[in-house]
Amino acid sequence: MATTLYVNGAHHQVDADPETPLLWVLRDHLGLTGTKYGCGVAQCGACTVHVDGSPRRSCVTPLRRVEGAAVTTIEGAEGRIAEALRAAWIDLQVPQCGFCQAGQLMSAVALLKAVPKPDDADIDRGMNGNLCRCATYTRIRAAIHQAARAVK
Amino acid sequence: MTDITHVSRREALGLLGALGAFTLGVRLRPAAAAEGAAAGGEVALFVSIRPDGRTLLTSHRSEMGQHVWTAMAQIIADELEADWAQVEVVQAPGDAKYGDQNTDGSRSVRRNLDRLRRVGAAMRAMLRQAAATRWGVDVEACVAKNHAVAHPKSKRRLGYGELAEEAAKLTVPAEPALKARAEWRYIGKPVASVTVPTVVRGGGSYGADVRLPGMLYAVVARPPRLYAPLRGVDDGAAKAVPGVVRTVRLPTLEAPPRFAAVGGVAVVARDTWAALRGRDALKLDWGPGPNAEYDSARFLEAMQKTAAEPGTVRRSRGDAEGALKVAAKQVEAEYHVPHLAHASMEPPAAVARWSGDRVECWACVQAPQSARKAVAEACGVPLDRVTINVTWLGGGFGRKSKPDFVVEAARVARAAGAPVKVQWTREDDLHHDYFHTVSVQRLTGGLAADGRCVAWRHRTVFPPIGSTFTAGNTTPSWGELRMGCTDVPFAVPNLRVESGEAKAHVRIGWLRSVANIYHAFAVQSFAAELAAAANRDPKDYLLELIGPPRHVDPRGEGAEYDNYGDSLDEYPIDTGRLAAVVKQAASRARWGRALPPGHGLGIAAHRSFLSYVATVVEVAWDSATKRLSIPGVWSVMDAGTVVNPGSARSQLEGGTLFGLSNALYGAITARRGVVQQRNFPDFRLMRMDEAPRVVEVHVVESDAPPGGVGEPPTPPAAPALCNAIFAATGKRVRHLPVFRDGNPNRLEV
Ligand code: FES
Ligand code: FES
Repeated sequence: MATTLYVNGAHHQVDADPETPLLWVLRDHLGLTGTKYGCGVAQCGACTVHVDGSPRRSCVTPLRRVEGAAVTTIEGAEGRIAEALRAAWIDLQVPQCGFCQAGQLMSAVALLKAVPKPDDADIDRGMNGNLCRCATYTRIRAAIHQAARAVK
Repeated sequence: MTDITHVSRREALGLLGALGAFTLGVRLRPAAAAEGAAAGGEVALFVSIRPDGRTLLTSHRSEMGQHVWTAMAQIIADELEADWAQVEVVQAPGDAKYGDQNTDGSRSVRRNLDRLRRVGAAMRAMLRQAAATRWGVDVEACVAKNHAVAHPKSKRRLGYGELAEEAAKLTVPAEPALKARAEWRYIGKPVASVTVPTVVRGGGSYGADVRLPGMLYAVVARPPRLYAPLRGVDDGAAKAVPGVVRTVRLPTLEAPPRFAAVGGVAVVARDTWAALRGRDALKLDWGPGPNAEYDSARFLEAMQKTAAEPGTVRRSRGDAEGALKVAAKQVEAEYHVPHLAHASMEPPAAVARWSGDRVECWACVQAPQSARKAVAEACGVPLDRVTINVTWLGGGFGRKSKPDFVVEAARVARAAGAPVKVQWTREDDLHHDYFHTVSVQRLTGGLAADGRCVAWRHRTVFPPIGSTFTAGNTTPSWGELRMGCTDVPFAVPNLRVESGEAKAHVRIGWLRSVANIYHAFAVQSFAAELAAAANRDPKDYLLELIGPPRHVDPRGEGAEYDNYGDSLDEYPIDTGRLAAVVKQAASRARWGRALPPGHGLGIAAHRSFLSYVATVVEVAWDSATKRLSIPGVWSVMDAGTVVNPGSARSQLEGGTLFGLSNALYGAITARRGVVQQRNFPDFRLMRMDEAPRVVEVHVVESDAPPGGVGEPPTPPAAPALCNAIFAATGKRVRHLPVFRDGNPNRLEV
């Protein structure tokens, strides 16, 4: 059964079980491997994408729920906020292994959209769902502050 | 020894070869060959300058977040006088010709700094010569700088690319002149990582990201207990799941585990989701197997009993037993660190594709040669039929040195007759890890009337890593003991180290800093306990234990000691350097300052992988809510010569928090042989709101030879934390983790 998906500004026909989590549709069917699997149970945030602008854990979001919605992945994240965050991530050399960082960035984009000048408590709330085993938390926090200043 | 040589286009083919390129390579001694043996015949570690100036170089170590690609490139580019923008890194596959490729033991830079510098220097010399010959001028009048050779007098200049073809015809100098340290441009500078710009766009390929035409997806149902036999399989419902293609039975593992697959049933499907649903639908009947009685609580009691009795003496100075008897005060404490899981954010994943009797694999492995051997053995094909392509690693921490998951992919792909990716779920990862071992340490100290420590006895008990390679091995190896136990650098007159036996019931592996984790936890906690018993400041007491600056040699006192594979002359156990990081960390944390109520500072220091780290942790305990938090951490590392102080600082931050996360929450436990933790809610990791707000790290500038960077930050974190908890609350945490079973960071005192 084909489902029509709208991802990063393009339409795709996907032939998959409508219960399939969006994560596996993106990775296995569309080849968008920037979105990562880390737990499958909404505990790590590695799979974070935006659905109609809000952050979602794609590992627990069935395909049928996003039919007709606009999905944005790390590959398609653009705009001033996303680019300011990327620049800060590079400037402060945030990533170590990098595996969690797509999810971190997608959560950070959503945070800065909702709260343009977050304080530390806002960052705790916005980023608590994203685990990093390399423990880059200190730099993530600093990079979000830096990006927020840069966006103005 | 001239081990640097020209490389023909054919030899470098597939990696870097190009027409008109200037390519040098290094012949490396195979990892297994003895020290001093001749370099192998085949060329590895290519550096190639193309006619357009692009400069490609191979990294034979795996990129897993330590930014080794960047470090390798920095070293070569520096001696080569290359333009950083023109340098690209290519990952080398697993092949014995690359010598030791195991990306563990914190030694990628340690083992390669000199040889990579010499390659770069040789190329620079040859490019200068090529230019001098072309212009008919004295080579000494030519300057190589920024990817070009210039003749200042005649104002002529040729780019490296333009000189490549001619340089390729020159003889390789036997002893190329190296740059003076003061002239280094990239080495020792915080050069930005070459991988990060790709990472922030979701690019790059990790093990799980490999996609091949016609590739199928598999997950494996593995034995619930190690060695549990599979008595019956009903895969009817699994095969009925839409998208499922077939199932593949994998033979049950026999002891010792080594790097073979544990066995089970693979479900192969058109996508990962179908494979997962198919696996859920399997009906499997597992026998109990030999580990059905393994219970963590009972096993802890058994280890405690062992540690209460004398063990095998592994190092002895003076008469510790006698001194303990007559000491004015005796202090005794027992410490426990449970099994830990690596839990890299990327669970293991591997892709395999057969054609005829050849198999090509893509996998996130730290040790591609081990993977190659394990696949060849499991599939019964010669080594040269196996290719292992190394992807990026989404964290390794030692787990991905064990290629059991690559073996699975090779076996399943062969049976399926199609390329297959085997994806481990987080549940698989936590259940079937090569776990960090479980341990009990019992320490006894004797204090003189004035509080000085006059006797130190340390008993260590843990199932050894050797059990993974030799069935029934219960004896800790010298290699594990010298990680923080037999190499204790304290200036106490009477010292005794003993080890006890313990049997493994799960696969035991090495995890970032290995035995240093539990040894440093016990030793550095006990140092603070002695300070408390002596009524002394813990930092001052620690410095007194470390004693005057000197070189410690455990070999004179009955210990076999290999110093992480390097000589004690070049890398002594230097108590002066250890004391120096203690003092620096204390001063950066402003040790002794007035603290708010409920706050406390703890300090710990440890030498591992030839580097020295001291860490101060500040905790805050709220007596009303009982909540414990960590407002600040200060860490200082002396790792000798550091190629990239930027990534060294990253490792120091991350490695410290890795240690804190494990100490706060990390525990893998088993009941009836089955691991109890399923996913991240059960195996908790530190989150953003739990991470210290203040993380100040400092990497000491030093001319000493390079030590490890990736692992040494971890060991002092846990004892510094527990020493801080004691300072804040009076409660001594001797059994880790601090919080158990989903406890929301509340500490009862
Ligand atoms: S994979 Fe979705 S939250 Fe972990
Ligand atoms: S950078 Fe490695 S898990 Fe976050």
